[in-house]
Amino acid sequence: MARTLLDKVWEAHTVRTLPSGQTQLLVGLHLIHEVTTPQAFQMLKELKLKVRMPERTFGTLDHIIPTTDQARPYADPLAEEMAVHMIRNTKEFGLPLFDMASGRQGIVHVIGPELGLSQPGMTIACGDSHTSTHGAVGAIAFGIGTTQVRDVLATQCLAMAKPKLRQVRVDGALANGVYAKDVILAIIGALGVKGGVGYAYEYAGPVIESMTMEERLTVCNMSIEGGARCGYVNPDATTIDYLRGRPYAPAAGAFDRAAAWWKTMATDPGASFDDVARLDGAAIEPVVTWGINPGMSVGVSQRIPAPDSAPEAERPTFREALAHMGFEAGQPIKGAKIDVAFVGSCTNGRLSDLRAAAEVAKKGKVAKGVRALIVPGSQQVAKAAEAEGLHEIFQAAGFQWRKAGCSMCLGMNPDQLVGREMSASSSNRNFIGRQGSPTGRTLLMSPAMVAAAAITGVVTDVREILR
Amino acid sequence: MSTTDFKRRQVSGRGIPLPGNDIDTDRIIPARFLKEVTFESMGEHAFEDAKKQNPEHPFNQKVYQGASVLVVGQNFGCGSSREHAPQALMRWGIGAIVGGSFGEIFFGNCVMLGIPCLVATQADLEWLQKAISREPHALVTVDVEKQEVRVGDRVIKATVPDGPRNQLVGGTWDSTAVLLEAGAAIEATARKLPYVTGY
Repeated sequence: MARTLLDKVWEAHTVRTLPSGQTQLLVGLHLIHEVTTPQAFQMLKELKLKVRMPERTFGTLDHIIPTTDQARPYADPLAEEMAVHMIRNTKEFGLPLFDMASGRQGIVHVIGPELGLSQPGMTIACGDSHTSTHGAVGAIAFGIGTTQVRDVLATQCLAMAKPKLRQVRVDGALANGVYAKDVILAIIGALGVKGGVGYAYEYAGPVIESMTMEERLTVCNMSIEGGARCGYVNPDATTIDYLRGRPYAPAAGAFDRAAAWWKTMATDPGASFDDVARLDGAAIEPVVTWGINPGMSVGVSQRIPAPDSAPEAERPTFREALAHMGFEAGQPIKGAKIDVAFVGSCTNGRLSDLRAAAEVAKKGKVAKGVRALIVPGSQQVAKAAEAEGLHEIFQAAGFQWRKAGCSMCLGMNPDQLVGREMSASSSNRNFIGRQGSPTGRTLLMSPAMVAAAAITGVVTDVREILR
Repeated sequence: MSTTDFKRRQVSGRGIPLPGNDIDTDRIIPARFLKEVTFESMGEHAFEDAKKQNPEHPFNQKVYQGASVLVVGQNFGCGSSREHAPQALMRWGIGAIVGGSFGEIFFGNCVMLGIPCLVATQADLEWLQKAISREPHALVTVDVEKQEVRVGDRVIKATVPDGPRNQLVGGTWDSTAVLLEAGAAIEATARKLPYVTGY
């Protein structure tokens, strides 16, 4: 019988069926960071347990890292305390940590694939909802809470129910100026922010298959914004080429054997899904969110919808969104004034994202009154970008070139919105208060669109600049 | 704590209604309050920004202080995986949540803390929220085993999937011990994986 990647990975990692009916699922790769682990390590100590498979656990520092002055101790004593705990805990339990001196530090969902740690056919867990990112390499990857982090540390396992599977097909081809970010925002817009609850998403179709690995990482990253705890792309030649030669990928001799196994883990032809959704890639234009969840979006040429256009149960959230954002129903999104531009995050902080933003940055200067930040997703991304001179392009145009971290995606470091500032952001969440100011406002868009907004001072169709 | 204390057959207490859909975990606890190495202070920060912006926020209202059954809308707890969100609610006093649907990671985190999250219809949720605001001191019973919520004479159907229900009712939601019971089967499963053995 034809099986899906989800079926194969689930079966290979099943330790046993628990009395509750759930699966005891082995976690092949456990990634940890400083914010969601200190309590888990504390619980482990209280239980007098060790880390079950320290060789399958890797740590980094990302959420609280300042992106300007990174000298220790950090100016923020709370951030310093979290860093101290992470360093101490990983040392005490014998776990590798990609710290600032390693040259490999960065956002956990950027460094996993970049280092070749994330591989096809694996189960991957991390105390962070954007762990879905790693599904791009053909893994089943999902976010977990801190008590579950304790379970993975102690047992290398989780108690999980197997999700249903929806194939999300994107047919046709994308137009110029339309990016992976627009594709995933369009998918979430079409299926809704809770459409994926209970499902894993398999992304497929010509648009997905022709994407680079970095583009696939962007798509899978935001699966959780559509309610799906994990999303994946079947491993193919793009996956194999991407992983070849990476530090933690199988070495030359084993690589071909690995690649052969990876291919066997892809969904078989003729496999069936619990549901199939289709989108026409050619119909997608650059997408901008106007509201307070990532499903509230429009194409850049469109107007902000009226609450009456939504189902009755959704209308209060619509009204709340318009009030928070200071928008009127029927107003075009194009031309909305911005105060801050942010390129970065686990969604769009990779080299290709910075290249796309730099292409646009070459066309102008950051508009007066706009604060524009470029935050690479990892030290390696920063190094590669600098080798190409991207930092000079950004600096010449008036963008600030920062060091690697999560930064203004969630404002746990000093990079935060102030008051009601409006941010054009390449990150993943436009929730109220997300970027550090309780009244701050966020417009999600692609890195190229953020750069376009930065140089014009308003939401702009990047296609008009690139033309 | 004895084993029986882990069994969550039912949770009874006063209710607190929180209308609205898609209330994300950033709203429940903003990221700047996560800079703590313990969960101890989380309860103080539950809905902190929302409370400041809205004096009428249910978590501000005196009449709901001490409530333990939270009644919400659709997609409650979507977004970030931060366990700080259910920890904040639990430490504020919430012992059970009834809603239309839940963010999946949030739901799982609640199970890990022994907080049942039950799903009811939109009509029943609206009735329940109104009933609680009319009579904030009424006793609300969330019966996990029977999958219902009782207020006065009214009984509402409210479901929780088999797996989590068995964990909550059986008292096995604190999963480390259960997972450890697999013993050497864990390593045996790992040894069958090509990427563990070097392909």
